[in-house]
Amino acid sequence: MNFRLLKDKILSKLMLVFTLASVSLLLVIGIGLYYKSVPIIQRLGWTELITTSVWKPLKGLFGFFPFIMGTLWVTAIAIIIALPLCLLTALYIVEYAPARIKRILIPFVNLLSGIPPVIFGVWGVLFIIPLIQAHIAPHFVEFSTGYSVLAGGIVLAVMIFPLIVSIISEVLRTIPQELKDASLALGATKWETIKKVILRKALPGIVAATVLAISRAFGETIAVLMVCGNNAVVPHSVFDTGYPLPALIANNYGEMLSIPSYDSALMFAALLLFIIILLFNIISRVILARLERRLAS
Amino acid sequence: MRKRKFEELFFRVLMVFATILVSGSFFLIVGTIFFKGLPYMNWDMITKTPGGGFYIGKEGGILNAIIGSFYVAGGATILGLIISIPVAIFINLYMDGKRFLSNTIRMAFDVLFGIPSIVYGAFGFLIMVYFGIRASLLGGIIAVTLLVIPILVRTLDEVIRTVPFELRDATLSLGATRWETAKVVLRQIRPGIFTAILLSFGRAIGDVASVLFTAGFSDNIPTSLHEPAATLPLAIFFQLGSPVEEVQGRGYASALILTIIVLIITVLADILIKKFSKHKI
Repeated sequence: MNFRLLKDKILSKLMLVFTLASVSLLLVIGIGLYYKSVPIIQRLGWTELITTSVWKPLKGLFGFFPFIMGTLWVTAIAIIIALPLCLLTALYIVEYAPARIKRILIPFVNLLSGIPPVIFGVWGVLFIIPLIQAHIAPHFVEFSTGYSVLAGGIVLAVMIFPLIVSIISEVLRTIPQELKDASLALGATKWETIKKVILRKALPGIVAATVLAISRAFGETIAVLMVCGNNAVVPHSVFDTGYPLPALIANNYGEMLSIPSYDSALMFAALLLFIIILLFNIISRVILARLERRLAS
Repeated sequence: MRKRKFEELFFRVLMVFATILVSGSFFLIVGTIFFKGLPYMNWDMITKTPGGGFYIGKEGGILNAIIGSFYVAGGATILGLIISIPVAIFINLYMDGKRFLSNTIRMAFDVLFGIPSIVYGAFGFLIMVYFGIRASLLGGIIAVTLLVIPILVRTLDEVIRTVPFELRDATLSLGATRWETAKVVLRQIRPGIFTAILLSFGRAIGDVASVLFTAGFSDNIPTSLHEPAATLPLAIFFQLGSPVEEVQGRGYASALILTIIVLIITVLADILIKKFSKHKI
């Protein structure tokens, strides 16, 4: 009897250690990256690192502004493309689609979310780049190779489709049927009900989904690296090349140990990504948890 | 009245159009990969390691990368399970009456799930430098394990929560300790554990940013944990960057192989989830 209790006690402590260790990973990653980027932060300071745009590792100049702008451009394009499409899709799946069509549609969204990033990259190179080069860019600019922030944005948009669709559909499902019934009973059409009741009620959830999607897009590396052109210049139009932060880290790790401060600079890039994504994730998770609690009560 | 009807119709058409575009993108991607990769597919690709001159278009295959990827993804999933099962049990069975705390832990894992793989890769690289490990199978497994732990914990947690409270209460009221109850619960969720394994494996085998710094690359199949290991996504990435047409083509074929592996895993996981929800009490 004692033995069984002892076993339970020991195992419970062991599990507690495992749990604490894996949760504290969040802290440890932050501290580890910060510790490694201290040299460069001390030498140049946060504002200088973030706001200057000269990137000459050999001369010890590390300006992250072009990379930050590259990330912002690509992410913004992705969200602008993905959000309306996914919102409409989620509305259709939840409010309109007959059960039979729903059964067919949902697995495809799932399958899409399973496709690895590198495959999206290959698809971008094979399909999106030629499309932009031959059919889209010629209408707007004189010459484009296709490698651009637009290509990155489109590929990212497709990558975040499943995430946004699944979260928004889940939020839409939490809206009480009574509310919809009340609106319909007053003579509103289905679309009017969506516009004036459902969307208003689902707004916090839609915001949370968007924030989560932004943070996903921020950190996506390989697909973006393959289609953005990777030029350390601030992009000024969607057809310009860009060089997002994650691509910078992935592309340069090979030489980072041979140039002084380079490793510190790249770890600073990782730290920057980590902080932004951490904040965005916490915000959206808090909103979603609150929604869930409201539903439970 | 007319205007309202028209608005309804307009948005309905828009929704159908958006839905077709979103779910159609899956076919577009898989179709493109098949169309481009199939002409370069042959048995050598999956049965041979790169021969001399493979990267200038001579013979060989990517068996090294396929095996390497299975090693990395398999090792990481096993290691991840050893850590995640106790965590999921602890959150659900040992934290009664501490709702706030357990929910905070859940949220921490949600956030960890959102951390991009490049950050895990960079952090894994820091760990390796700290312990003096060189780019190797071991390094890759460590980094990818960090990446899959949140996936495993979230999935297992969700599955354990589907086990009815009555079952736990019945076990506990018979005088079982919490650990003995945990064993009963674990038996209940066995199919769920397989789902978690598949999801984790699928994510691990396709991820490249985490193994980029940590696993290295090699034309040989690794025979020990300390040798560098090639991975499939990285092999695709490298081949695609080649100026030789034949090598690029093999990159497409490699992409096709990875797509097929991942699709099989995703479909299996999907079937298991459906089966699981059918059999739950």
